[in-house]
Amino acid sequence: MSTITKDGVSSPAPAKAAPAKPRRGLRGSPSLNFWLFTGPFLIGLAVFVYTPILWSLWLSFFEARFTVTPDKFVGLENYVVMLTDEDFVGSLGTFTVFAAIIVPLTWATSLGLALMVNRLRFMRAFFRSVFFLPTAVSYVAASLIWKMSIFNGVRFGMMNTFLGLFGIDNTAWLASPDPPWYWLVIVTVRLWLQAGFYMILFIAALQNIPQEMYEAAAIDGAKPGWQTFWHITLPQLRATSTAVILLLLVAAYQAFDEFFNLLSKTTWGRPPLIELYYKALGDSQDYGAGSAGALILTVLICLVTLLQGKIMGFGRGEESK
Amino acid sequence: MTTTTTPPAERVEAPARPRRVRSGSVIGSTGLYVATGIAALLFLIPFYLIVRNALMTDPEITGEEWKWFPSEIQWGNFTKPFDDPSVDFARSMWNSAVVGVLHTLGTLLVCSLAGYGLARIPYKHANKVFYAVLGTLMVPTAVTFVPSFVLVSSLGWIDTYRGLIIPGLFSGFTCFLFRQYFLGFPKELEEAARVDGLGYMGAYWRVVVPNSLNFFAAMATITFISGWNSFLWPLVIGQDPSAWTVQVALSNYMTGQTITYHLIFMATAISILPLVFVFLFLQRWLVQGIAQTGIKG
Repeated sequence: MSTITKDGVSSPAPAKAAPAKPRRGLRGSPSLNFWLFTGPFLIGLAVFVYTPILWSLWLSFFEARFTVTPDKFVGLENYVVMLTDEDFVGSLGTFTVFAAIIVPLTWATSLGLALMVNRLRFMRAFFRSVFFLPTAVSYVAASLIWKMSIFNGVRFGMMNTFLGLFGIDNTAWLASPDPPWYWLVIVTVRLWLQAGFYMILFIAALQNIPQEMYEAAAIDGAKPGWQTFWHITLPQLRATSTAVILLLLVAAYQAFDEFFNLLSKTTWGRPPLIELYYKALGDSQDYGAGSAGALILTVLICLVTLLQGKIMGFGRGEESK
Repeated sequence: MTTTTTPPAERVEAPARPRRVRSGSVIGSTGLYVATGIAALLFLIPFYLIVRNALMTDPEITGEEWKWFPSEIQWGNFTKPFDDPSVDFARSMWNSAVVGVLHTLGTLLVCSLAGYGLARIPYKHANKVFYAVLGTLMVPTAVTFVPSFVLVSSLGWIDTYRGLIIPGLFSGFTCFLFRQYFLGFPKELEEAARVDGLGYMGAYWRVVVPNSLNFFAAMATITFISGWNSFLWPLVIGQDPSAWTVQVALSNYMTGQTITYHLIFMATAISILPLVFVFLFLQRWLVQGIAQTGIKG
């Protein structure tokens, strides 16, 4: 479609453009203008993205405590230290548990909300807004509400008040790793904050499913409900689901705010970024080991992204351009 | 292609609707609304708690008996965060506003220009440059905070607006989204501008930007929200209380020596207020922006 209109309109254009050509000069030079447009961004990218990555690659081979211009080369020692560090390896385990819970849970919740909202005939915009509203709240503010009010370990916390109605004693939700109630707090914060965002993506995808597929299914005798959901809706949402799961996974990997604020200085429930934060910027200021840890994480994220891209055929359309 | 076939399909579906309603789905529909309503109530509880706690006295919040509403609304609580000497709340709000606005303007300017250059200016190495940008998407910025901190501290930018804002401007993802958007921008408009004697820059500012305001608004909304809510970078950079953003200030309330509930919740409410306004008035662009970023992302 677009090629036809383009040809139709652009064919008279060259005739007009020809006399304008002599005036082009430097101002019309494509390569100069390319750098003019992309230059500021590329310089920033080089300075603030590529330089830190390369610098930390360099730092990771040195003993760099309290200094960023070290001179003692230690080879791979920092990597060995990090990979044998119980806390750091443990943090990867913490992340795995976290991702295994939060990714499927958020996927299911946001899809469920999208299906519900999509079927509403009245007040659809209202309910969509309600579920979407938490996206405005920061992880810090939400952590504060969860820690200070809902899951406050004392008697007047909302959850304890509620459970008190059934004669259940106060629970210290965050102050003790055993039983690990803190997972409930951490998972619900993120679920509340994220579900509405992904719901919007699913609603957009649901509205792109051609209606005649359902009609054809109805003619073939499929019952609306579970059958059409399983055989039409879910397969049609495959691309969106893939994207959502990838986004959720990368977001979970970078979880920091709620762990930092909910658990503050506790030694349990530390995901990788928290561990790195205390390692590199805490009392020891060990930039060498911190950089090695950051690079290990980066490689892991790249591997996961590429692997999932391979499996799901993500980004294939991009390459063909 | 699909868009042209769907409208008639919807018309065909219309007679099917009454059938569905008759076959006992009044109950189904009521059930749907009940379920949606319960979910909505659950989602609103945290907002309710902010307002409740912000407008109560501390003895009422911590009292023996749970109170759903303050016995007397404490409007005076509104000024409490600003009077508190331990945390300069007004300063932190101001810092967040400055950082949020400049972060948004800077990101849009730098990333949109680059996105346009990559999408529309013919240059033989453009693809290589594009892959250099795409490569950064593989490395989440959060993971590079240690080396970035090292760099920014050696520039002497700790506790400055520069340090808070500039390193975050060069988002490969935002640039990528602008490129995708400009790829679909109608070429005829620019060609007309070029014929009229405008250079690439002239055509960009006079024709392309004014015709893309919807997309710019969507990107601005998303960028502002993520800037206002970001925590890790401001935490690392803002070491002196005078450079705290509001998120860092909130975080400090939680670990403070004495906890004054109504003050903390009032501060939280105030910190969320600007974004609630954004949501109320800019939701259209926000939803559009998310749908766009999500599909691409």
